[in-house]
Amino acid sequence: MSTDLNAIYVIVARELIKFVREKGKLVSTLARPLIWLFLVGGGMSRVVSPDMGMPYMQFIFPGILGMTILFSSIFSSISIIWDKEFGFMKEMLVAPVSRFSIVVGKALSGTLVSTIQAVIILLLFPVIGLKIDAVQIPLIVFMCMGLAFCLASLGILIATFYENFESFSVIMNFIVMPMFFLSGAMYPVKTLPPALGLLTMLNPLTYGIDALKYMVFPAKGGLSLTHDFSLAVDIAVIAVCSTVFVLIAGIMFERKK
Amino acid sequence: MPIIKVENLTKHFGPVAAVDGIAFEVEKNSIFGFLGPNGAGKTTTINILCTLLSPTSGKAAIDGHDCMTRSSEVRKKIGIVFQDTTLDKELTAYENLSFHAYLYGVPKDLHKKKIDAALDFIGLYDRKDDQVKKFSGGMKRRLEVARGIIHEPAVLFLDEPTLGLDPQSRANLWEFISKLPEKSGVTVFMTTHYMEEAEICNRIAIIDKGRIIVNGTPEELKKMVGGDVIYLKTTNNKLAAEELKKTMGIGAEEKNGELFIQAVRGDACIPKLISSLADMVLSVRLQRPTLNDVFLKLTGKAIRDEAQGSGDELKDSIRSYRKKFDKK
Repeated sequence: MSTDLNAIYVIVARELIKFVREKGKLVSTLARPLIWLFLVGGGMSRVVSPDMGMPYMQFIFPGILGMTILFSSIFSSISIIWDKEFGFMKEMLVAPVSRFSIVVGKALSGTLVSTIQAVIILLLFPVIGLKIDAVQIPLIVFMCMGLAFCLASLGILIATFYENFESFSVIMNFIVMPMFFLSGAMYPVKTLPPALGLLTMLNPLTYGIDALKYMVFPAKGGLSLTHDFSLAVDIAVIAVCSTVFVLIAGIMFERKK
Repeated sequence: MPIIKVENLTKHFGPVAAVDGIAFEVEKNSIFGFLGPNGAGKTTTINILCTLLSPTSGKAAIDGHDCMTRSSEVRKKIGIVFQDTTLDKELTAYENLSFHAYLYGVPKDLHKKKIDAALDFIGLYDRKDDQVKKFSGGMKRRLEVARGIIHEPAVLFLDEPTLGLDPQSRANLWEFISKLPEKSGVTVFMTTHYMEEAEICNRIAIIDKGRIIVNGTPEELKKMVGGDVIYLKTTNNKLAAEELKKTMGIGAEEKNGELFIQAVRGDACIPKLISSLADMVLSVRLQRPTLNDVFLKLTGKAIRDEAQGSGDELKDSIRSYRKKFDKK
């Protein structure tokens, strides 16, 4: 057990060291949510006049947080592909540690890195005229971590099936963009046609963003368009998905050819 | 008790038998060499022994633990240097070793001492805070070997450890590896397709097309191709040949102005030859059989032919890539 905790610790430490050494990466990953928030959000708010009682730019703010987490945590699993390609994965696989601790270690590093980015985006709330109390911030950060862990383990699960960088990034783009649009980040899930609505229900990001909406707009809890599920459902889905993803990914790692 | 025990091990990849019913044992504190051309099944065997692959059939055990059913016990006992580098090039030498120490549960208060000692052993202590991407091929290899022994494994696997190294780093690495059993109490299991490198092994198994064709000490293997050959230059070859036949009962033939004598232990023979020929000897030359001769005799082909072949393929692919690139 203590060996496994050591393994988790050192896997996370390695990713953080590398994250700190590559400062350019942080800037480039922050660019995407900023573009969506200000260019898409700013532009759309002129045409969209939602009856949800707030400007569109504020409405999509939890969605943009979700997007930051989605991209950075799912793509953090690219480190698994790099490790496979450059052989470092073998160093971990021959070590006397449980495969689950490798998965959890990787998922936690993805969680930390994307939460850092989400917090940077979160601190922009005054710029778009949003009011967030100091009490809400730890709740939002906590929710971000939960969602990030879930998505990072999904990314790792997908990465266990791919050996090289090219096919992995193709499949990731194929998954990530639909996940983003079918998540209620840009529009309320309720307004979607039933077929698409069903797809959003299968998307863990939907629940994460829904929960973030509870945290970001606590006072507007009664408004019909902001929430799709109850907070308990949101959190339960995220927790169950995380567990399932980690378990399957661990089993996939254990499997020998 | 042997530290590695392999019985009737087979591994199929689809219809291809990469390893085809091999069996061998490795004694504790020895250096065991696994020799063969590219594609003979060396890496497959190593991957099975270090729990990365499961065999189609047969058994493999390290220090009494089955590699399949008790993989976590086996993983604790082994250190591995893979054919391709498995270092994190963005991390420093120290960080790479520290990562390994954590992963293998080395007690935390020993980390610094052990890592510093290992870095000192491989002569990279001064560069411990440099990122590995700044290291040469030889330095990376040495660092990997150091990493492989930091958790004091019972067996260290080295898969083609000198591949792609220049002759000098190769010699350094061999000197270093040959000291390991004595210095660190570790059993070394290594693969190579360089025959001359296998000379430092206590025992050698030669593998070709998934089967072990011979297993023995380097001396035993060399005896299979006949003994040494001594070339003598004398003032009078005919007279010397007669003299040798009379006094020592050795048949010597003349070839290109030299006397050509076959002997089992040529080095021990030379003093006797010289003393019996008195002052007729002008020069003596001893030629010993190489492991390449052994391989040649057993398989009918030189081991380097294949190695050369794959090298040529690589050159071809580089050439065709360049052509593409130049057109653009």
